[in-house]
Amino acid sequence: MFSKTFRGGIHPADGKSLSRDCAIKKLIPKGDLVFLMNQHIGAPAQPCVAVGDKVLVGQTIANPGGFVSAPIISSVSGTVKSVASHACANGDAALAVTVVNDNEYRTVDGYGTERDYRSLSPDEIRNIVRDAGIVGMGGAGFPTHVKFAVKPGVVIDRIICNAAECEPYITCDYRLMVENPDMAVLGMRIIMSMFPGSKGVFGVEDNKPEGIAALKKASENDSDISVVALKKKYPQGGERMLISAITGKKINSKMLPADAGCIVVNYASLIAVADAVSFNRPLTHRVVTVTGDAIKQPGNFEVPIGTNVSELIEAAGGFVTDPEKIIFGGPMMGAAVYSLDLPVNKTTSCVLCFINDAADVEPGECIRCGKCLTACPERLMPIKLKNTADVGDYAEFERLNGLECISCGCCTYICPAKRRLSQAITAAKNHIIAEKKKAAVKK
Amino acid sequence: MKTVNVSISPHIRTGRSTASIMLDVIIALLPSIGMGVYVFGWRTLLITAISVASCVVTEYVYEKLMKLPVTVGDLSAVVTGLILAACLYSTAPWWIPLIGGVFAILVVKMLFGGIGQNFMNPALAARCFLLLSFSRIMTDYPVIDGLSSATPLMIANSGETVGYTELFVGTHSGCIGETSVIAIIIGALYLFARRVISPRAPITVIGSTVAFVALFSLIKGDPLTFNHLAVHALGGGLLIGAVFMASDYATTPVTFWGQIIFGVIVGLITAVLRVFGGTTEGISFAIIITNLLTPVIEKLTYPRPFGVRKEKKS
Repeated sequence: MFSKTFRGGIHPADGKSLSRDCAIKKLIPKGDLVFLMNQHIGAPAQPCVAVGDKVLVGQTIANPGGFVSAPIISSVSGTVKSVASHACANGDAALAVTVVNDNEYRTVDGYGTERDYRSLSPDEIRNIVRDAGIVGMGGAGFPTHVKFAVKPGVVIDRIICNAAECEPYITCDYRLMVENPDMAVLGMRIIMSMFPGSKGVFGVEDNKPEGIAALKKASENDSDISVVALKKKYPQGGERMLISAITGKKINSKMLPADAGCIVVNYASLIAVADAVSFNRPLTHRVVTVTGDAIKQPGNFEVPIGTNVSELIEAAGGFVTDPEKIIFGGPMMGAAVYSLDLPVNKTTSCVLCFINDAADVEPGECIRCGKCLTACPERLMPIKLKNTADVGDYAEFERLNGLECISCGCCTYICPAKRRLSQAITAAKNHIIAEKKKAAVKK
Repeated sequence: MKTVNVSISPHIRTGRSTASIMLDVIIALLPSIGMGVYVFGWRTLLITAISVASCVVTEYVYEKLMKLPVTVGDLSAVVTGLILAACLYSTAPWWIPLIGGVFAILVVKMLFGGIGQNFMNPALAARCFLLLSFSRIMTDYPVIDGLSSATPLMIANSGETVGYTELFVGTHSGCIGETSVIAIIIGALYLFARRVISPRAPITVIGSTVAFVALFSLIKGDPLTFNHLAVHALGGGLLIGAVFMASDYATTPVTFWGQIIFGVIVGLITAVLRVFGGTTEGISFAIIITNLLTPVIEKLTYPRPFGVRKEKKS
């Protein structure tokens, strides 16, 4: 059988061998923990603790700031040191709650008590998921409970678990697949119970045969759950590419997965759902891959959210030599950071350190080879979009469907002249979206 | 810790570069030029060397004079020089490739903005310029001992049959790079395998030329044999034009359907020129004329994005 896939995409060297065989290690942080309020897409969370308050593991320290938002849960016990602005990975600053760790890890009442999801209504499950602060942990950080709030009349027939992990170097989901497939299958059953008649699908890239085998074994008694092997190709885990590979339905930027009858949940988020619903453990920890040629002992670490990244680097043996670039997330869509004094977020899947910055090349002139067209999974013309973006012709940019771009970076990767296509297109796209928001507010 | 680089994603790049792609094209041209040396002798090398040197030096001098960054390292001028040499006769006087190289790089490429900006294939435009300016020299095909003295297409047009071995190996008169079908096909397969070009344009050019030649010959009432059509497809520079010039990056469409439409138009014009026109070959003019249509073709064949439905006209 051929693995399912989409048209376009690229085949970068995946670098996963650095950390794929490193079992998940638990890391207990020593320093203060910083909980940023903008760990998700949507309105930032609102702190509900004050300086000097005692907090426990599992305690809500910030409430959602709106419908598309998520609460923040403390991952340690200790004392609130400050509620103030803190640097975040995108170079901006955001409000953050800093907790001094008392190293006792005392939990709130009821933490870890088992619960049978079959006795819960869909609304109850959705509220548990919301209160547990679960968001898409692959990088986008879309609040998971919002995905469950489907418009009346829309039928959801497929729950897709995004276990493609198509970004090079990242192996945290793969380790969870091999080490803990049962929790993911439980999470899948919980979500399926909210949508009667739905089928569950795990989409895994075929470079993870052990992961596929583990999931198949864990779900062998569920006829409604299947595991689909996807071709190893970036961006296979892009939501629209994944839905198209599995269902054959193609959605555009103005549509939701629900329009194709799907809900797509990241693999780590699925485990977080199982943890929250069946064991009353909200989202306080995540697995982070620490890797790259600058890291002495690459590995996968389970850490409390809020842990300082320098402690993670230390746990991975430190640097071979000082890296030229540090990336939160994968090399294709991750954010380059300028400091290690940053906390692990809900969306921090990977800390990637390169000795040499491969992106540090001067762009040349376009030779019109057309490789960006073949690589673009959205079938756009990056070559034309960049030209319109560079001259600020946003009307033409929109007419050429520039807003369909998913910023996957394939065009920049493939360009032999090393032109910064996706960067220019993403900038124009963000500009147009911001202008539209401004116009909407004025109205 | 020392300071780190911060930039927008993606943070990795492919190993391919403009120079590596151009190097692939140079490698793909070597079998054809090599066969030219074998068939026409050492003078082939002289013509090729002058042509390449003329192109590279022109680009270098222009950029120095204009205080532009020097880009000869991207090897595109070498490719232009080789392609220009490939469509000249080995017996041409030494100043023919010299003038051709200067015209190709200075007038067609650099004055329009350098690499990727030229609106016509520089080498072909130079060949056509030479053909019109020095038509007697440019049509004075070499007479080689032991070889038939005319090009296969001329022989076939006069109603005689051309031997297939002669056609495939290339032991007949013609331009330096166009004689050996096998050598050109080896180069083409190399380019396809390295994914430098797609087979779309070359195949449509050859297919549509043959189809239109057959159609027009029927209309005109010319006798038509299989051998004649095979020579149309493989002789008269069509093959090298289809592989190396109808797939040129800068001057042909980048879209999927654009490349196919481009190929069909080139085939149509070639067939018109060959059947109704005064020229035996036609491919050079067909390609540079179609080059001018490239922006229009591209505009008409803009791909429909993923998941975007055709809008209903209201």
